[in-house]
Formats: sequence, C-alpha cells, structure tokens
Amino acid sequence: MLHIVNKSPYERNSLESCLRMASKGSAVLLIEDGVYGATKGGSFEGKIQAAMADVKVYVLGPDLSARGMADRVLDGVSVVDYGGFVDLVAEHSNCQSWL
Amino acid sequence: MKIGVLVNEGPYTHEASDSAYNFTKAALEKGHEIYRVFFYHDGVNNSTRLTEPPRDDRNIVNRWSELSKQYSLDLVVCIAAAQRRGIMDENEAKRQGKDANNLAEGFRISGLGQLVEAGIQSDRLVTFGD
Repeated sequence: MLHIVNKSPYERNSLESCLRMASKGSAVLLIEDGVYGATKGGSFEGKIQAAMADVKVYVLGPDLSARGMADRVLDGVSVVDYGGFVDLVAEHSNCQSWL
Repeated sequence: MKIGVLVNEGPYTHEASDSAYNFTKAALEKGHEIYRVFFYHDGVNNSTRLTEPPRDDRNIVNRWSELSKQYSLDLVVCIAAAQRRGIMDENEAKRQGKDANNLAEGFRISGLGQLVEAGIQSDRLVTFGD
C-alpha cells in the first residue's frame, strides 16, 4: 500500500494518523505541505524516524525545492520526482490519499 | 497501466490541482494510460474557460485543455458540483435558461457514475484534494 500525505504534520494530524495505521512494509509519500514531515529540526522528527523502522518514506523533490527545504531532508528518506511518484503508484497494488 | 485521477480541490487554492496535473502529465509521458480525470467538489473550478490568471502565472485550466488535446485525455466534471458553482456547457446552459456557458475545451460534464466507472476500470485511482 502507498500512503500519500499532502499536509504538514504541524498543520494537521493526517501524517500522524497515517503512520499509526500504515502496516509494516508499506510506503508513505509526502507531497505538497506534507514534505515538512520529512525535514530536520522540527518536533515531528522523532516520530517520522521511529516510523521509518516499519515503513519506507518518500518525499516529492519539486515540492521540497518550492519550499526551500531541499537541503533539510532527514537521512533515510528518498527524494523522488513526479516520474518517481508515478512509479510508486504503479509499484504498489493500491494507494490511499490522507485528505 | 490504467490510472484514474480524482481532483477534489479548486485551482489556485493550495496545490492539489497542480499536483494532479503534474502527476497526470508524468504518467502519460511514462506511457501509462490515464483512464479519466474526474473533477469533483471545488475541483470543478478547474474547468471554467473564463479563468484569467496574471500573465506571469500558470493557466491551470488551459494547461488541462492542452494536455487533453495532446493525449485525448478524458476530463469529466461532476454535473451536480458544476451546477452549484456556475459551471455549464452549452446544452446545460440552454436547459437551465442561462445566457452564457463557460466549460473549457476538452472537458465534458457528466455524472458521478463516471467516477465509479473510472474506479472499476482503472488499475489505480489517485486522489488529489484538500
């Protein structure tokens, strides 16, 4: 399962809900304001790092760059472009947007 | 692979319309089939050809129309959501007794059944919204 989260964890609890529900081995893609969830230095850092033991975290590069966050990505998070977004959708048997 | 796309947020709001467009374009460029893009809720505002953003900004509506022309993309607008927001094609305007219509090129107005069908026919359905 691919989980797609598009809001900052500092604005809504959708990423937190997603991480709570995501089963081991699934993937989480952070897009739009969701990219803040994959950055260093915030209070959410510990939670996302703990979650990375069970789920693979991806972040959309163009949305990181648009927010000036490209050099603040947490270690272990993979940066993908829109083509990579499409590949993730294709590779997983289903996807869920946490709106 | 067949992919369906659902857009639930209006243009120039947050980023869902841009994300949906960029995703759709990337999927088409990779050779996937976009079975349909369905516009629902405020997403129907992606389809008014009266949109006129400043010249240095992207034109979200025209961008969809151009992509539709290039790839024969099926862009479907939910009729009930569209009527609430003043979006109509020529037939609908006539039926409702309106003096104008505003549906952009490449879009068509239809019912929610088209979303259900896209969900059934596509291998994946990707939702963009608020």
